[in-house]
Formats: sequence, structure tokens, C-alpha cells
Amino acid sequence: MAHIETALRDLNRLDLLAGGDSAIHRLDPRAKVLVTLVYIVSVVSFGRYEVSGLIPFAIFPLVMVAVSGLPPGIVVRKLLVVLPFAALVGLFNPLFDREPLLSFGSLAVSGGWVSFVSIILRAALTVGGAVVLVAVTGFAGVCRALQRFGVPRAFVVQLLFLYRYIFVLGDEGIRMSRARELRSFAGRGMGLRAYGSLLGSLLLRTWDRAERIHMAMLSRGFQGEFHARRESSFGRREMAFTAGWCFLFMLLRFVNVPRLIGVLVTGVFR
Amino acid sequence: MHMADALISPAVGAVLWTATAGTIACCARKVRQNLDERKVPLMGVLGAFVFAAQMINFTIPGTGSSGHLGGGLLLAVLLGPHAAFLTIASVLVVQALFFADGGLLALGCNIFNLGFFPAFIAYPLVYRAIAPAGSSQGRRTAASLAAAVAGLQLGAFSVVLETVVSGISALPFSSFVLLMQPIHLAIGIVEGLVTAAVVGFMAKAHPEIIGAAPRSVRGDVGFRQVVVSLLAVATIIAGVVSWCASGKPDGLEWAIASVAGKGELKSPTDGVHGGLATLQNKIAFFPEYSFPKPAGQGAKEAAALRDAPAEGEGRLGTSVSGIVGGGLTLAVAFLIGFLLRRRVAS
Repeated sequence: MAHIETALRDLNRLDLLAGGDSAIHRLDPRAKVLVTLVYIVSVVSFGRYEVSGLIPFAIFPLVMVAVSGLPPGIVVRKLLVVLPFAALVGLFNPLFDREPLLSFGSLAVSGGWVSFVSIILRAALTVGGAVVLVAVTGFAGVCRALQRFGVPRAFVVQLLFLYRYIFVLGDEGIRMSRARELRSFAGRGMGLRAYGSLLGSLLLRTWDRAERIHMAMLSRGFQGEFHARRESSFGRREMAFTAGWCFLFMLLRFVNVPRLIGVLVTGVFR
Repeated sequence: MHMADALISPAVGAVLWTATAGTIACCARKVRQNLDERKVPLMGVLGAFVFAAQMINFTIPGTGSSGHLGGGLLLAVLLGPHAAFLTIASVLVVQALFFADGGLLALGCNIFNLGFFPAFIAYPLVYRAIAPAGSSQGRRTAASLAAAVAGLQLGAFSVVLETVVSGISALPFSSFVLLMQPIHLAIGIVEGLVTAAVVGFMAKAHPEIIGAAPRSVRGDVGFRQVVVSLLAVATIIAGVVSWCASGKPDGLEWAIASVAGKGELKSPTDGVHGGLATLQNKIAFFPEYSFPKPAGQGAKEAAALRDAPAEGEGRLGTSVSGIVGGGLTLAVAFLIGFLLRRRVAS
């Protein structure tokens, strides 16, 4: 629960950050969503033993954080939450894949460890990219982009609705949970029976709330669409942003820059 | 059970994205046609309810650990398959974007694994078969248990398939299956009990809610639909298996290459050291790698250490240049970020 509670707080912070006003924030959400997707696909498309080729891709989250003025701490904290899970899954690789692949003098590194490092890098890069996208675009922006990309309106409206009520119901869930814990002695009332009724009453309240919301919306003239404050179009800036990043990703995908630099540098000293 | 981007390949991600997008489009159309407008806010709020419910835990007797609701089956019981699928999908989108639970490319996989099976297999084929509208609480409990277990077993199995076909994790198929299925059996039982408890409560407190959903749903889930969804699953499994078949030689080739000592390490040295060094490298590589016998390994290693300094240096060279280059690139990337930051700040 502590995890979800902090996650909810982070969600709040991310949402506030999305209200910022930088060159990146002002771009049309479609450009940012598109670039992030291309980014993730190019990161993920590397072979399982690739390590050096992945490193230059760190440039995307770093530049986005720098230009948009996001606090780097929030990205780092998200990574710290996620990386242990990636490490847990990746840890099977060194166990099952013991073929030596690299060696430093007499120290051999198995393919499993190389792919383990690769998994950690991939996780850090993809999560970093996604967090940055949300922090500079905001959920409403992402939804708007999705709708412009042709996602059915019913689903977009569902996403926006869900997002609006996460905070309300999330607080309610936390309050109920805390109230039960405070009144429970020696673990009584923490079992399944009380849990079922607790969730059931939360569900009933939710249901009633939905009816009230529906009536309130009807009386305000809701016709199946949310209106956005910030209207934007896919102009020349968006074109340049998308084309530039996509070109860079393709370049980095097919040219292994670290290996070139490494060969150059170690070649000079030889 | 959320899959991360780091473990899937673009091909698998794309296939599941396509399948999920198609299902979402189909469900969205169905929801607009069939559901009364009052369900629009209901779906949104129930999605938020799933989040809230996950903040409340209960202790599992005898184990000391705690569990919480997953929510897929409960949503299907309350809303019917189509609306439930949209709601589950929206929950997963928010989790992927904000909680970093599962990645963006893996979103298709996650929506499919956690949404399709409970909404279109477990609920209509298992739950409704055991507990048609107006059943007793006993039947509902049995139905919830069976449906939750079925949904999670299918979901877990498709996680295994997707991961193995992607080929990023080295986990072999059999041990991954043996790891996933029992864990998800336990999770499924807990999920089934929780769903039964909540459905039971609702049936007592607000019978029309539990009674209302089936009526609007019953007409939807016809024979044709079942056939179509089974066909879709079969197609996807067939596609996945055929990929598996074409993907295997790659891995095999790689294994052969590494045993034979022609790994990817060789190529970068070519440019720097020139042909002579490559030749020397090749000659030096073979004695060590072409005898993969476990016996006499110590002697072989000693021999390799003693008489192959050139080869050692060559490989050391590539590894070091890889690390030096990687470190420098990262430093450059950070530097660019730092400079841009200062320019923006000033």
C-alpha cells in the first residue's frame, strides 16, 4: 500500500509538472507521443546482448529533461522504483546463459551477465522515456494525441474519466484502509470477510457517485467530449522535432557510436 | 504480471498492439451501440475504483502475506465483457504511463493478457456457465473461483509465450511455465475469493446491480462471438508459434558461433589491428574454444593463459574499447543535457 500511496503522490506531481511552459511543453502532444514511441521501439529492437549500442539513447531523456526544465529527481525516483523489478526478472539470465561472451584478461563474462546489463539498460531507457513523455505532455495531452491518431472516442473519454476519479477514489481507498488499520487489534478484521464488505461499500459509494456525476454532466450539457484549454496544431516546429529525433534514433540504431569512439580512443593510446 | 518493455521484442509488441487495438475499436463500437449513456461515467469511476481497491489489503490466513483485488473479473461481472475490456485497458494505460507498471510497447501485451482473458473467456465461458443470472451465493463463489483461476492461468501462459518468443530473457520455456502457472494458481484463487466476496456483498446490498448487468450482457455473448474470439486466440497463438520456429535458428546460430569462437567481438578489431592481427586472433581463438569438453578444462585454461597473450590482449582491447566508448558517450550525453539546461536557465 505504501507503494501505491507514494505512486499516487508521484502521479500528482507529474500532473503538476505537465502544466509547465517550456518549448517542449508547448509542442503538439502528437509529436511527443510519436517520438517517444519511435524511441522505445528503437531501444527495444536491439539484440539481447547489445550494451554499448544502447548507451547513446540516454541522450533523449537527458535532453528532454534539460530543455523542458523538469526536476531530474522525479525521473530518477521512478527509475529506482522500477529497476529492482527489471533486475529480478533479468537475474534469471546469468543463471541460464553461462556461455562466455566477453573477457577481460583471464576474467570471462558470461552471455547471461551481458544480457542482464542489457535488460537493465533497456528498462532504464524505456521507463525514462515514458516518464518524460508524461511529465512534459500530461495525461490529457496524451489522450488528445491518441484521439487525433484515431483511437475511438469512447476509449479516450473512458481514459479521461478514469484519470479524473483516480485521485478522488484513491484518497477514499487510502482513508478506508487507514481507518480499518487503526481500529484493528491483533490483526482482527483484516481478513477476507471484512475486506469483501469494505470493498463492497466502496463499490456502492462509487456507483452512487457515478450516477450523481452523470446527472451533473447532463445538466451541464455534456455531449461525449471533453474540451481542452490548450489547442495546438502540428506545425513546422513539430515537424522538425519529430524528424530530428527520428533521424537521430535511426542513426544511433544503425551506427554503434560508443564502439567507434572507444576504438578511436584506445587506438590513439596504443 | 505486468510485462516490461525491456523483455519484449518489437515484433511481439507490435502483434499484440494490433490485436489489442482491434479489440478496443470493436468494444468501443459495441459500447456505443448497446450501453445506455449512464454507463459512460460508471465505467470511468469503476476503473478508478479498481485503483482504490488496490490500496486496501487483506491478510491471507496462514501465510502472513497480504493480497488485494486485481479487478478484471469483477469488472466483467459488473459491466459485461465489452465495457469491462475498455475499463481494464484504461486502467492499464494509466498504470503504464504513471506508475511505470509495464511499458508502453508492452501495453498491448498487458491489455491482452489481463483484459482479454477475464473479459472474453473467463467471464462469458466460465462464470456465466456456472452461475447464470439469479444463482445462489454458493454457485457464484464457485463460478468466481473457476473463472478467476482460468483467466489468470491463460494470462500467465500468454506472458510466458510472449516472453519466450521475444527472446530477450534467457529463461527456458519449461522452467518459466513451471514458475508462472503455480504462482498464478494461488493468485487466481485469492482473486476468485475476493471477487466472490464483493459480488456477494453487492447481491445482498444492491441486488439490482448484480442482476442488471447480466440482462444487458446475455444477448451480446452469442455463439458466433465465442467462435470468433477462439479463432482470434488460435490465430495469435499460431502466429506466435510460427515466429518461435523462425526465431530459433537465430539463437542456435548464435550459440554455434560463440562456441566456435566467431562471436561479434571479432569484427570491431578488424578495423584497428588490420588483417594480420585478425588472422592471429583467429588462430589463437580456435584452440581454446573448439574443445568444449568439461574434462581438462583447468589445463586448457592454464595453457590458454600461458601461451596466448596476444589473443588475450586482442579481446581485452575490444572489451575495454567498448567500455571506454560507452562511458564517453554517456558522459557526452550528460554534458549535452547539462549545457542545454544552463542555456535554458540563463
